[in-house]
Amino acid sequence: MEFDTIAAISTPMGEGAIAIVRLSGDEAIQIADKLFKGIAGKRLIDVASHTIHYGHLLDPKSGEVVEEVMVSVMKGPKTFTKEDVVEINCHGGIVSVNRVLQQVLKYGARLAEPGEFTKRAFLNGRIDLSQAEAVMDLIRAKTDRAMNVALGQMEGRLSKLIRKLRQEILEVLAHVEVNIDYPEYDDVEEMTHKMLIEKAHFVREEIQKLLQTSQQGKILREGLSTVIVGRPNVGKSSLLNSLVHENKAIVTDIPGTTRDVIEEYVNVRGVPLRLLDTAGIRETEDIVERIGVERSRQVLKEADLILLVLNYADALTVEDENLFEVVRGMDVIVIVNKTDLPQQIDMERVKELTKEHKLVTTSLLEDRGVDELEEAIASLFFAGSIETGDMTYVSNNRHIAVLNQSLHSIEEAIEGVEMGTPIDIVQIDLTRTWELLGEIIGDSVHESLIDQLFSQFCLGK
Amino acid sequence: MQYEAGSYDVIVVGAGHAGCEAGLAAARLGANTLMITINLDMVAFMPCNPSVGGPAKGIVVREIDALGGEMAKNIDKTYIQMRMLNTGKGPAVRALRAQADKFAYQNEMKKTLEEEPNLTLLQGMVEQLIVEDDIVKGVITKTGATYRSKTVVITTGTYLRGEIILGELKYSSGPNNQQPSIKLSEHLEELGFELVRFKTGTPPRVNSNTIDYSKTEIQPGDEVPRAFSYETTKYITDQLPCWLTYTNEQTHQIIDANLHRSPMFSGMIKGTGPRYCPSIEDKVVRFNDKPRHQIFLEPEGRNTKEVYVQGLSTSLPEDVQQQIIKSVPGLENAQMMRAGYAIEYDAIVPTQLWPTLETKVVKNLYTAGQINGTSGYEEAAGQGLMAGINAGLNALDREQLVLSRSDAYIGVLIDDLITKGTNEPYRLLTSRAEYRLLLRHDNADLRLTEMGHQIGLILDNRYQAFVVKKEAIEAEKQRLQSIILKPNEEVQALIRSIGGSELKDGIRASDLLKRPEMNYALLEKLTKSEHDLDEETKEQVEIQMKYEGYIEKSLQQVERLKKMENKKIPENIDYDAINGLATEAKQKLKKIKPLSLAQASRISGVNPADISILLVYLEQGRIAKVANE
Repeated sequence: MEFDTIAAISTPMGEGAIAIVRLSGDEAIQIADKLFKGIAGKRLIDVASHTIHYGHLLDPKSGEVVEEVMVSVMKGPKTFTKEDVVEINCHGGIVSVNRVLQQVLKYGARLAEPGEFTKRAFLNGRIDLSQAEAVMDLIRAKTDRAMNVALGQMEGRLSKLIRKLRQEILEVLAHVEVNIDYPEYDDVEEMTHKMLIEKAHFVREEIQKLLQTSQQGKILREGLSTVIVGRPNVGKSSLLNSLVHENKAIVTDIPGTTRDVIEEYVNVRGVPLRLLDTAGIRETEDIVERIGVERSRQVLKEADLILLVLNYADALTVEDENLFEVVRGMDVIVIVNKTDLPQQIDMERVKELTKEHKLVTTSLLEDRGVDELEEAIASLFFAGSIETGDMTYVSNNRHIAVLNQSLHSIEEAIEGVEMGTPIDIVQIDLTRTWELLGEIIGDSVHESLIDQLFSQFCLGK
Repeated sequence: MQYEAGSYDVIVVGAGHAGCEAGLAAARLGANTLMITINLDMVAFMPCNPSVGGPAKGIVVREIDALGGEMAKNIDKTYIQMRMLNTGKGPAVRALRAQADKFAYQNEMKKTLEEEPNLTLLQGMVEQLIVEDDIVKGVITKTGATYRSKTVVITTGTYLRGEIILGELKYSSGPNNQQPSIKLSEHLEELGFELVRFKTGTPPRVNSNTIDYSKTEIQPGDEVPRAFSYETTKYITDQLPCWLTYTNEQTHQIIDANLHRSPMFSGMIKGTGPRYCPSIEDKVVRFNDKPRHQIFLEPEGRNTKEVYVQGLSTSLPEDVQQQIIKSVPGLENAQMMRAGYAIEYDAIVPTQLWPTLETKVVKNLYTAGQINGTSGYEEAAGQGLMAGINAGLNALDREQLVLSRSDAYIGVLIDDLITKGTNEPYRLLTSRAEYRLLLRHDNADLRLTEMGHQIGLILDNRYQAFVVKKEAIEAEKQRLQSIILKPNEEVQALIRSIGGSELKDGIRASDLLKRPEMNYALLEKLTKSEHDLDEETKEQVEIQMKYEGYIEKSLQQVERLKKMENKKIPENIDYDAINGLATEAKQKLKKIKPLSLAQASRISGVNPADISILLVYLEQGRIAKVANE
């Protein structure tokens, strides 16, 4: 909706020592204040405009500290958007800034659409008229791109799951509605608090599952787990180095994993990759040889993406063929490397083995084919065709934000039932949950409730 | 031969439930009003079920009353039974329903019309509108009488090119074998209106003397006196019951065996019927696993033996209807006095209307009721009231009135019609309202009396009483918020007696009231107002305080949307000139011509990106204008 409070990360992802989450709108200061714990109980709603404050960002529910932050409070109209603006400065890096963003989204802000801060600035007369067209182009262009990604996902498991969940809620809603609009209709029993709470718990669990396993969350936390496999000397290290050097590497130690496993993070065209067990690859070159086919199956099973490397200058071996066997059914990009050398490999056979997977030829030595490889990774990801080990895949921050909101409203529904609130009032929160879930798949038409009502029950005069 | 027959401020065509409200509203606003109907004996006729109200619809009747309309008062004078529905549920969905004495209802309404000083009631068939430069100037009847006016309201119900279908039989007719209106329909098409064909139906009536009521279940009215109108003080205590029985296997076999004779399935009926009002043959086919369907036997009045067989709406042939009736317990020997039938009629596509119910095609012309694609007396009356108010205000050069979706169910109804259109006869359901908790039966006066008074339909004495009630509610709420109840024995004993958990500390009376097991009557035992509060005031205090959190949440939503409601879109905007709007959005926007950004956002096919672009464009225009000045 227009005119509400928006938020976004306003610094480039994964770069710099400090990242900024920016909020703009009537409720910007209140939202930040809810999450902020300053020194000696300082409240952001009380501070002077254009001042900066040190403190911690909390999760108000658990009281847990999310981040150490510096918060700038700027009251309109002397701001970029002419609205109240809050900038939360936190530690750089995908993980921390994203946690901050998710908190503000959970507590009332909406994720800004592309160009929306600029749009607000324009609408409030802050920027020049000549920029209006540019803003419109931006809105159209970015949403079209977002739409394409969304369309890709429509086919995906996420939309299927959400549809199923919505249908479950819809049946409950229709049941409650029929009790209200046709009180004398005796064919359906009255919806009870007990029936409702069972459903509500189920819905909450499903949303929680989606959130926990949401690919975006997982990727932002861990990256898309990627394994490079291949016989010795096909160029696995070169591939790794090439990916790492071409792109900005983010070297982090992940909490909960052992120190000795250092993992490489690379950001390939916006897709964060976690190159798994890279130390292993570096040391022994050959993961298959080192741990045997059975063990490697195990390791590979945890991967979201496999980069299978073959040697252009060498004939295919039984080992190569075995590798194809091992990665069957997984998301694979096949890379035939060393095209700078004379061909020995049987490309026809390679194509046969590759089947529907992507096939890229490279010469890492001469830096050829790397672009195609990156394109292949990005397109696999954005088309939503990567099947992760998790049950489903939620691809962007907007979806996570909406899922969090729907979780919030289903929790309110549950709270309502527990308080003994009449069902038709609890239904307000249930309906909200249903509508929010619909936003994810772009389907919030109210009419479908009425359709459900008349297809599920036999009503009439 | 045409002749000049008179000049008025407002002309209302039709005297059904929409027409009556329209005529009375315009006249009461001070507009000199003429009402023309095909048959004066059919004023406020109920061609279908003899009842008024029910979920959502009953709230509309309350809203009509709060705005100064007539339906509530008329039914309060003529009901044979009154019931409050959904009493076991939350306050938002409670609704009154009355069984009407349909003949008394008509007579009473006709008397009211006749006694209205500014209103002239006339029998005649309007066949043509006088339209000059796309502005309506009056009407011409079949006899050539030409009546001039500033505004016209058309409320023709199911009369437009009406056709009755009964088994293999199909003939041109209005409801209940009245004369249909054929030329007016053709004329509307010539004027450029897009029409659709809808269908509805009605069940047979049987003679009460031939019903064996011992085989049915009694359905009595409420013992507590109830009324629709806030002004009603006299209650009818002598109520008549309704009766419940069921169809059975045999009924369904008869229907199955005769489906080939059903016009529904033979393709004879082409109009779109409402899903919420299916015929019995439709129910049996679509839900063939159901062993039985409910049948309510409803008396049509006090001075008639005709009984309406609710649940048996059908267009099967007469002889099959007779067989069906005889298969139902209690109706074995029932004599069918009138057969059920289906009726097809023309309606205009309602997206051709502005929110005032004025048409976009012809200026100063308004439409209301079934002609706009709705179904139901209450939906018709609600629109009739608004069309009458606006036709009257317009004729008097005053600013028109539009109700928003958060003001009233009537606002929801009209906004749905004009923004989304409808592909079946539209019925109000509580689920159509996103602010159900704000649009309650009990607070219709609090929502609308102010507006009714402002336009002049609510008179000063009633308004004063309303202000007193409103102040009493506020005072009592404040009192409860300021009083702290100590955990003394009296308080604890009361809480124990209703199974609540005892207090540890003092508690605000208002917070104690919020507990689910608590209500105002109990609270009154602990702390009583020094004023003598009436039941309605107590009810308001209880509902407003108990559900405060939820009401607050709904109000916040309304508030957020208001900013978008306030972004007005000029009528003459050129959507083709806006770069970046999606093609589908452009087409829809050009057709619906929304007046605010919020309305635009409710059009299906217009997505948030289009709204963003529209907003930028609107703002750009504004800035450009300022720059020019």
